[in-house]
Amino acid sequence: MVLGGWGRAPLAAVDAFRPERIGELREALVKTVATGLLARGGGRSYGDQALNSGGHVLLTERLDRVLAFDPATGLLVAEPGLTFRDLLRLFLPRGWQAPVSPGTGFATLGGAVANDVHGKNHDRSGSFGDHVAWLDLLLADGSQRRVSPEQDAKLFDATIGGMGLTGIITALAVRLMAVPSNAVDVAAHRLGDLDRFMAALSEARARAFYSVGWIDALARGRRLGRGILETAEPAPQGVSAAARNPRRVPVDFPSLALNRLSVRLFNEAYYRRVPEAGRTRREPVEQFLYPLDGLLDWNRIYGKRGFHQFQCVIPGAEAPRGIAALLEAVSRAGAASFLAVLKTLGGEGRGLLSFPLRGFTLALDLPRRAGTAELFARLEHITLDHGGRIYLAKDALLSPDGFARMYPKLGEFRGVLEMVDPHGRFTSDMARRLLVKPPHAPQLDRAA
Amino acid sequence: MTDPRGRTWLVLGASSSIARAFARLVAEEGASVLLAGRDRDDLARSAADLTARHGAAADVLNFDARDRASIARLVEHCRSAVPSGALDVFVAFGSMPEQAAMAADPALAAATIETNLTGAVELLLSLAPLLEAGKRGHVVVLGSVAGDRGRLKNYVYGAAKAGLATFTAGLRNRLFRSGVLVTTIKPGFIDTAMTWGLPGLFLVASPEAAARASLTAALKGKEVVYVPRFWALIMLIIRLIPERIFKKLSI
Repeated sequence: MVLGGWGRAPLAAVDAFRPERIGELREALVKTVATGLLARGGGRSYGDQALNSGGHVLLTERLDRVLAFDPATGLLVAEPGLTFRDLLRLFLPRGWQAPVSPGTGFATLGGAVANDVHGKNHDRSGSFGDHVAWLDLLLADGSQRRVSPEQDAKLFDATIGGMGLTGIITALAVRLMAVPSNAVDVAAHRLGDLDRFMAALSEARARAFYSVGWIDALARGRRLGRGILETAEPAPQGVSAAARNPRRVPVDFPSLALNRLSVRLFNEAYYRRVPEAGRTRREPVEQFLYPLDGLLDWNRIYGKRGFHQFQCVIPGAEAPRGIAALLEAVSRAGAASFLAVLKTLGGEGRGLLSFPLRGFTLALDLPRRAGTAELFARLEHITLDHGGRIYLAKDALLSPDGFARMYPKLGEFRGVLEMVDPHGRFTSDMARRLLVKPPHAPQLDRAA
Repeated sequence: MTDPRGRTWLVLGASSSIARAFARLVAEEGASVLLAGRDRDDLARSAADLTARHGAAADVLNFDARDRASIARLVEHCRSAVPSGALDVFVAFGSMPEQAAMAADPALAAATIETNLTGAVELLLSLAPLLEAGKRGHVVVLGSVAGDRGRLKNYVYGAAKAGLATFTAGLRNRLFRSGVLVTTIKPGFIDTAMTWGLPGLFLVASPEAAARASLTAALKGKEVVYVPRFWALIMLIIRLIPERIFKKLSI
């Protein structure tokens, strides 16, 4: 079958397993000794991370059972294919929710571990891996091991954010967060330029539980970095939970539909949607956490050729200059990007390849067309210049050299792989592109 | 229609994706669940899932349709766990080896009939007195559209399912007298492990949709239901083709 990431570029021909029982995982491992294997969750990472061209992927969607929940401690044990959406619908009525949630409820818990995802509350709550109590891993040699910060900590740290390359998660334990209701109180404000925006985010990170900024990535000059800042707190009272009727994008939009003018109009409308004086309202937490899940297959808006998402973090003092340089580069290239997201991140994750650093993170979509790769290379360069790092969950274009410079614990990560997967059984297109595996591992030994 | 609270659903072949989805539905409605099958570790995970998701009482039983002793033990367990007979039954076990493999190995064909038909007959006849004593409830049997016509590509499995459909019709007649309603479900293409990766499938339904349609049909007291519904039309056409023409087709 042909699979892609959420950006639908690149695509890859793979053979897929879709186990329904844990017992089938070991069979899959045996059958793929020659071709390599990779677990794939909701398919919501954007690039080539969950692809394995010419090899096998293992779809975890049918392994979605909840294995235990302790209401005294909030500890949830589940299989890796459980989605954030199901988790929310099952446990929010009981007063619990995932402590950290990515921007879509269609992502799985296994995927959240593999990407060490963060949410709109990173300053408060860290990334997903900070809440994982333990993982059960099926390793390349067929053995099963429980790893945690206390037990086999190195392998645990390599698996958090480890892109599925250490093994297959068969169960994970995560500490849920108690919440007073099913709603959040959201305050939205317009901010006219980047300086004000970053100052407001800096102020919000200390005060608000959630904070996220939406930036008009086409605005230039005086208006560079203008946008909407949303902050939110868990609401003391809930709202009646009317089920959302999701709509679906039925076709791939033609590439002409997305041009500077249409995107500019959309961004302008989005900016003006919030009154000048700001506004506050109470909304269901599901809508706040997963705003785009009401529009199924929204990636089709970018047409058949797909799109790339660029997300980086620029640390502390470098952030104002770095973010401005990135926005200017995008705006100058005229890449028709819808709203970009600007947020703060609170600190490093515990994973050896975790993305977060204390600083500001910028994410934007780049429709795939002539010149996108060159623009991305410029953005990579700017990110490196400012000591930043690109998020692998979103990436399809980062260079191996850039990757090695951005992730200083890569050597340690390779060391763990040499121990647990010396023959490189677990592999992906991203792992090959970024030369993640130790250079002398058999499948990369081109000189021989 | 029977209020599921205070009742127990016995789900046989509980590791299949339709059975799993079905068990989640009845657990959500408040029923207790007995999960029966061969992969005990897997069933234990499913039982935990029903408890964690819906607070349902869920237990696990060893059951192998080709092991007569396991059938006897299962029936004994049901008698002691649900002495009142407040029991509903979902028969979802089965196996579908490739026709070519069975043609090459007739013993495999015999085993397939044993799993899909003989085992179900022995089990349901053994449970019938308990169900009759309960005076009401539902038995849902997963047949297959393959049982509607002997086709070149799938006639051993089809024969087993045809036999199962005939047996189920007779059982329906018998149990109706005691207030127990028997529903035959004939699934078309459902997106299960059995069909995963097979070429030529169309309009494939999800296991969740198939499970919901099965439960709805049972609670309404329907006798024979195709899932999804349009398969009734497809199979009507296929049944109407005269045998002298059908024998030349390879559908």
